[in-house]
Amino acid sequence: MGTALLSLSGLTKTYPGVVANSDVGFDIQPGEVHALLGENGAGKSTLVKMIYGLVAPDSGQMTLNDVPFSPADPNAARAAGVAMVFQHFSLFDALSVAENVALGMDNPPPRRELSDKIRTVSKAYGLPLDPQRTVGDLSAGERQRVEIIRCLLQDPKLLIMDEPTSVLTPQEVEILFKTLRKLSAEGTAILYISHKLEEIRSLCDTATILRLGKKVATCTPAERTAAELAEMMVGSSLRPPERRAHEPGGVLLEVNDLTIAPTQAFGTRLQNISFSLRMGEILGIGGVAGNGQDELLAALSGEVLTDASAIVMQGTAVGAMGPTGRRNRGLLTAPEERLGHAAAPEMTLTENALLTGSKRQALVKGGWINWAAAKGFAEHIIHHFDVRTPGPEVAARALSGGNLQKFVIGREVLQEPHVLVVNQPTWGVDASAAASIRQALLDLAADGAAIICISQDLDELMEISDRFAALNEGKLSPIRATADLTVEEIGLMMGGAHGMEVADA
Amino acid sequence: MDLSSINPVLLVASLMITATPLLLAALGELVVERAGVLNLGVEGMMITGAVCGFIITVETGSPWMGFLLAAVAGAVLSMLFALLTQVFLANQVASGLALTLFGLGLSALLGREYVGIKPPSTPKLDLGPLADLPIIGRAFFSHDIIVYFALAMTVAIWFFLQRTRAGLTLRAVGENHDAAHALGYKVVLIRFAAIAFGGAMAGLGGAYISLVRVPQWTEGMTAGIGWIALALVVFASWKPGRVVLGAYLFGGVGVLQLNLQAAGVSIPVEYLASAPYVVTIIALVIMSKDRSGAPASLGRPFHASS
Repeated sequence: MGTALLSLSGLTKTYPGVVANSDVGFDIQPGEVHALLGENGAGKSTLVKMIYGLVAPDSGQMTLNDVPFSPADPNAARAAGVAMVFQHFSLFDALSVAENVALGMDNPPPRRELSDKIRTVSKAYGLPLDPQRTVGDLSAGERQRVEIIRCLLQDPKLLIMDEPTSVLTPQEVEILFKTLRKLSAEGTAILYISHKLEEIRSLCDTATILRLGKKVATCTPAERTAAELAEMMVGSSLRPPERRAHEPGGVLLEVNDLTIAPTQAFGTRLQNISFSLRMGEILGIGGVAGNGQDELLAALSGEVLTDASAIVMQGTAVGAMGPTGRRNRGLLTAPEERLGHAAAPEMTLTENALLTGSKRQALVKGGWINWAAAKGFAEHIIHHFDVRTPGPEVAARALSGGNLQKFVIGREVLQEPHVLVVNQPTWGVDASAAASIRQALLDLAADGAAIICISQDLDELMEISDRFAALNEGKLSPIRATADLTVEEIGLMMGGAHGMEVADA
Repeated sequence: MDLSSINPVLLVASLMITATPLLLAALGELVVERAGVLNLGVEGMMITGAVCGFIITVETGSPWMGFLLAAVAGAVLSMLFALLTQVFLANQVASGLALTLFGLGLSALLGREYVGIKPPSTPKLDLGPLADLPIIGRAFFSHDIIVYFALAMTVAIWFFLQRTRAGLTLRAVGENHDAAHALGYKVVLIRFAAIAFGGAMAGLGGAYISLVRVPQWTEGMTAGIGWIALALVVFASWKPGRVVLGAYLFGGVGVLQLNLQAAGVSIPVEYLASAPYVVTIIALVIMSKDRSGAPASLGRPFHASS
């Protein structure tokens, strides 16, 4: 091996109560695609923030081309040739593509020159972009292109990509990989963060695996099986959820020609959505974020009212009914955002249990709260779903993402819904908690409930759903049985490559 | 009733005077809000500027020193707000309201000895032949320099926000402070600067009321102009050009209704007095129909650790 481009040794960073990174070290060669693999909370993000100058390490050294490297801020990191594409986009919705790109550069050229440059570079790498468009109107895939182009315009030596494929369709992922391979062939090293094993096996030359802030191994991913990588990442082998065989029953929920206007700026308009859902069935709804998922959940939960007949549950038109009326009839929902939407952060678990369970669990009588019963219900959820918390009097905010997710899903599942709608049920949750949540959904369906699972995790949808449809720009694709779908077909249902092109060779 | 007593030339001339303090304060607040900060203390900073400008002018005899120190006073007071909200992460709404109450009290205390005094008058800007033009000269070209300064600032702020790198950075901070921080911009520093600018502009606007428009000192003499400025920024969709339109419309209807009252129009005074507010709101609501939104980070506290 030649000299490493970036060499890390002994990096340690502690936050109050948490050791984010402990003695982490590895090398990245020029032109290498290096994977950083680990579960949520394994310390991947903290590590790259140190490389990008957003966080200073407590101890340890970094060298870039054999020169000590300790960027004080992102500007210093960029000047040294390190660029980063963020997981949660660091874009400005109300500004144009060109303005967003200019903000990420230290000395942007005049506007017209910059626009030309954006067009040229984006064309060369198969990521076409119109510099004048407002970023808020772009799709998730297009927004990611803006970030990538912003990095490429600086000719980086090292490109850091934090979970870049979580918002892309399979076709878009394939094109992104071609772009990354082209970059790597040109000598740009790529530090690729992900927890998707197959991606890493197909793209990356080397993988460093982190678990609980420590480096577990550095290996060549192509020589390992996905199961071996998963075991290194999680620390134990995982049992896939079991599906109990059962026949779907009668129709529980019908959605007829549902059309609603976006509720917020840069939202999506839902257009003519129709489907029906039977007892014991799980309908998986995939699609890239921002294609109407939040709007669909709001329409089904009753946060947004529609024509009464647009949503029919067991023969009753509920479209004009608010969330409470729908809950009373057994239509329950668990939204994506845990803190602030599914749970009130500053309230205790007991209070949060009461918020959605008051009626179905008979926790309120004549306007008076039965606190003993509410606490009992919260304890029931905690026990049944293995929520790790000292007790039901703890504030929701104090729980880790995975534990709170188990709590908010469990809260709805234990209310014996007839229809349950969940959005991103395992988002940001570690693998073992995700497995138990999926198992709970499968068990609920086996007991006769109908479930709509909105998710961006295609593996999850393939694992649990009976039928699959994709949301793309507010429209629902035809619904297909999951068993006979290929990844290729799913990608096309999600809107294909959204105008991306293969990079010029 | 005698409508012929209303002189359109004088009407235009006095509407420019009436609108200027509102325009100055609203432009300052516009910059603050584009940086993502909601400072409800405009009224407090204006009245502080009004009293400081008045005192300095009376003591030194120079209105220019008065205007300068009024701007400084507004900026200094706004730094109190910046310190509370940007460093100690206090709630912006509560801090802004506190600033207004503090400014009203402070100005009443400072101005006790100055009630009933007439300040040295602010000279008109000599625009030579322009001022001699018939009608137009009297209406548009016979004002003091602050009137033109406010109009020039409108263009300057538009140019700054839309055409300069620093303006783009300021908008970026107001749009998404986390992303701006991640790209390495100094969010808190930029906001401090914007808040200071807003304070200076509010102070200047206040001094214009006590030195030119009225001109004398009475307690609470800004009479809600600061609040109008805040509303104007929102209805103008955070666009400088619309702020000018709104301010001049408000000033124009205000002057017109006074003239109508004097002419003895048989409409109850209360309706006439509320006309400027109603007309301005209606006009701006219609203009803001394109739904260009507020800066996305407006009013949200920023802390670098998250």
